[in-house]
Amino acid sequence: MSSRNDPQSPAKPKSRFSRRGFIRGVSLGGGAVGTGLLEREAAAAPAPANVAGPGPAPITLTINGKPVNVTVEPRVTLLDAMRNYLNLTGAKRVCDRGACGACTVILAGKTVYSCSVLAIDAQGKNIETIEGLATGNNLHPVSAAFVNHDAQQCGYCTAGFVMAVKGFIDKHPNPTIEDVKHGLGGNLCRCGTYMGIRQAALEAAKEMKGGKNG
Amino acid sequence: MANTPDYSWPPMEMRKVIGKPYKRLDGPQKASGRAKYCSDLRPKDLLFGVYLTSPHAHARVTSIDTSAAEKTAGVKAVHVVSPAGTEVQWAGTEIAAVAATTEETARDAVRKIKVDYEVLPHLVKDEDLSKAGARAKAAGEKLVGDPDKAFQEAEAVSEGQYGIPVVTHCCLESHGQIIQWQGDQVNVWPSTQDITHYAGSLAPNLKVPIANIHVKQDHIGGGFGSKFAPDSWGQVGAFLSQKAGGSPVMLFLDRASEQTIAGNRPSAYAKIKIAGKKDGTVTAWQSESWATGGFTGGGSPPLPYIIDTIPNQRLHHTAVSVNAGPNRAWRAPNNQQASYLTCSALEDFAAKIGMDPVEVFNKNVAYAPSSRVETYRYQLQKAAEIADWKKLWHPRGQGGSGTVKRGLGLGFSAWGGGGHQSQCRTTIHADGSVLVELGTQDLGTGTRTIITQVAAETLGLPMGAIKLAIGSNDLPPDSASGGSTTVGGVSSSTRKAAVNALAKLFEAAAPALGAQPDQLEAMDGHICVKDNPDKSLTWQAACRKLGVGKISEMGDNNQRNPMGLNSSGAAGIQIADVSVDTETGLVRMNRYVAVQDCGLVINPRLAESVIYGAVIMGIGTALFEERFMDEQTGRMLNPDMEFYKLAGIDDIGEIIVHLDIRPENDKRGVIGLGEPPAVAICAAVGNAVANAIGVRVPNIPMTPDHVLAALEGRNA
Repeated sequence: MSSRNDPQSPAKPKSRFSRRGFIRGVSLGGGAVGTGLLEREAAAAPAPANVAGPGPAPITLTINGKPVNVTVEPRVTLLDAMRNYLNLTGAKRVCDRGACGACTVILAGKTVYSCSVLAIDAQGKNIETIEGLATGNNLHPVSAAFVNHDAQQCGYCTAGFVMAVKGFIDKHPNPTIEDVKHGLGGNLCRCGTYMGIRQAALEAAKEMKGGKNG
Repeated sequence: MANTPDYSWPPMEMRKVIGKPYKRLDGPQKASGRAKYCSDLRPKDLLFGVYLTSPHAHARVTSIDTSAAEKTAGVKAVHVVSPAGTEVQWAGTEIAAVAATTEETARDAVRKIKVDYEVLPHLVKDEDLSKAGARAKAAGEKLVGDPDKAFQEAEAVSEGQYGIPVVTHCCLESHGQIIQWQGDQVNVWPSTQDITHYAGSLAPNLKVPIANIHVKQDHIGGGFGSKFAPDSWGQVGAFLSQKAGGSPVMLFLDRASEQTIAGNRPSAYAKIKIAGKKDGTVTAWQSESWATGGFTGGGSPPLPYIIDTIPNQRLHHTAVSVNAGPNRAWRAPNNQQASYLTCSALEDFAAKIGMDPVEVFNKNVAYAPSSRVETYRYQLQKAAEIADWKKLWHPRGQGGSGTVKRGLGLGFSAWGGGGHQSQCRTTIHADGSVLVELGTQDLGTGTRTIITQVAAETLGLPMGAIKLAIGSNDLPPDSASGGSTTVGGVSSSTRKAAVNALAKLFEAAAPALGAQPDQLEAMDGHICVKDNPDKSLTWQAACRKLGVGKISEMGDNNQRNPMGLNSSGAAGIQIADVSVDTETGLVRMNRYVAVQDCGLVINPRLAESVIYGAVIMGIGTALFEERFMDEQTGRMLNPDMEFYKLAGIDDIGEIIVHLDIRPENDKRGVIGLGEPPAVAICAAVGNAVANAIGVRVPNIPMTPDHVLAALEGRNA
């Protein structure tokens, strides 16, 4: 396992990161984003205390309600932090630039592409991932609806789609089929499972309204 | 044993598991994110591999210096793929690869590799044959009858030019694998459509015995014909692992490489002339076609598609070699292109003589293979009925006075299939547990589910009583999942293995039942004496008769002698119903009707899903997908998913599938459905657009750009 998470060691508060600090750090390097330049600059002048990186920095993510410590470079996306450092591989890396939705998670209640969020920026907010949906052996109503309507084939888009549907229903508890078609336009499937997904979203909304879960 | 056991499928009305819409068995795993694809595995000490690729479409590598990359902290191995002297023939060619402890480190190290190129001239576009020069080569001619005379004597002649561009497979899980080469043992977790033959393809390059290569894959994130071989990344990943002292290396392509080098479908363009009678009968066909399948060529659509016994034909085909990534099999290779070119020309002929295309198609399917003619006629009628053709169709261009015009269009398809070579082992243990093993793979088509259904049906057990193992080359050999041959192969081998195992169980149980083995049958969890259901043993009690032994029997599907269990050939007729905004050029799908011929359907729910999927994938290629090449740089301009557009959930309209499950089809045995319904979509959509706006939009995809250009051409 290559994960660098260590549940025992607490996050180091002195390395609190701020976006402004990061931007200042970059501008110190003459605006260069090339890592080599940043490395040389860092060697020449010690970075201000509130600047993380460019080397690995310890951060704390709140994943499915639980704090998780991980040490990653500031450029590492939330998706890569989950997949490559925390062994949370439900979210998939497909387009890696915010077009396909295979990496969808819910960040502070908002559906986001985890490939387009830096892990350091996700600190302090709850990150709901597919791994947190099921309770024990019981599938979450959205996952169950995907199974019932055969809303999956190869399945590589499925985890992202399930999270997108969950986030959509959280905001639209009584969707029509037209709402579903508009609301899920941010996720792509290559096998063509949309007919099942439409029905799954409608069924899951009904189930979740019934208060059975979610 | 003198008698060959009866392997035939139980009669339709007797089936308890086969033919029922069971939910896919791996559905809960996938829908909960627990399914582990090979790209999800994170074995201990995993290294991350990253490629450096060529920015030039045609160049010679003159020098390569990897020293800075090798010195980077965290880098464990560097491998040069294209040493100095290598001539690169397409942008994206693999030059070198790095394996490091983190992916970030590997990316940084790749950027430190210095490569000098001698840049050479390239050709990357093939739409305009006149610009292809020496890169265009004659690639086939055909002359049938006397086309010149037929064109002179024709009552009507129509002509047009049509084109369908290169599209990419765009598998969501990119190509690649995790591979570990330690001593003389290789463990590999690839994303592959062919587990059984993977090791045999990799072994010669590694000089490792095939027996020492262990291949495992539980799930694959899309293949569509592009993932049959280990590819260069299999080998390169192995070399990196070996250099790194045997640590496992993950080498999966990034999206840009996936789009650029890991598979695409050949283009096809053609100038087509049709001669015929006023009653709709085609009398002559003439086509000059060209296509590219990348640098290595490829792409030869079989023209005229399906109606290939037209009495007078002249065909000429040209292959164009371009400096772009090589083609791979793409869900019914060459058929989509051929269907689009043929159906477009046929629709234009119908418009020329002012006839309803359903009638023209109906007349000319007489030129299809004789066994198919009546099927097509039945399907034309059925599809027209479901699509409300009589009410909604109008002569070309008479789509009303508003700016949004509605139109209907037709397309036809055919595919072979047939069951591939497959072996299954069925083991029955004394405690009643059952293990079914095949070295096959489930592409998401439901292979796991249908194998389990066949075993459960045959053994008279519930689905949950069958344990299934697939996805490893330690298991009995199967074949590549390609050509829609998997379901036929695995269902037949599973049926035979289960029948053979059951025969042994009958032998063990017969004495206790005071009967001969051939008087027994397996039903509802019991072994019973036929016609005497009171005399029976529960499955568990029968299995206890095995004592300390077990039954382990093989079954195989022989491609050349499927014994009636599977066959090939599935025809289809599809109708698109679209609306076109003539001011913006935007095409919207209203409805899509797919009438699909089939054989014995093991699981109608999964069969319907596969057809929906094929149609949706086809709508993507009909409306959005196109590989754009840049003449200046020689690179693909949209090696991504924001400008290489797939269809989304709101782009597909309503889809109506009519699967022809009926006794006459059931008798044919199992026929694969992955490809047959994926063929006709560009044809049907293109014809619907022409019907709506009154002019032919020659080139797929039916983008606003192409639609408006065609409309302006009419107005000019």
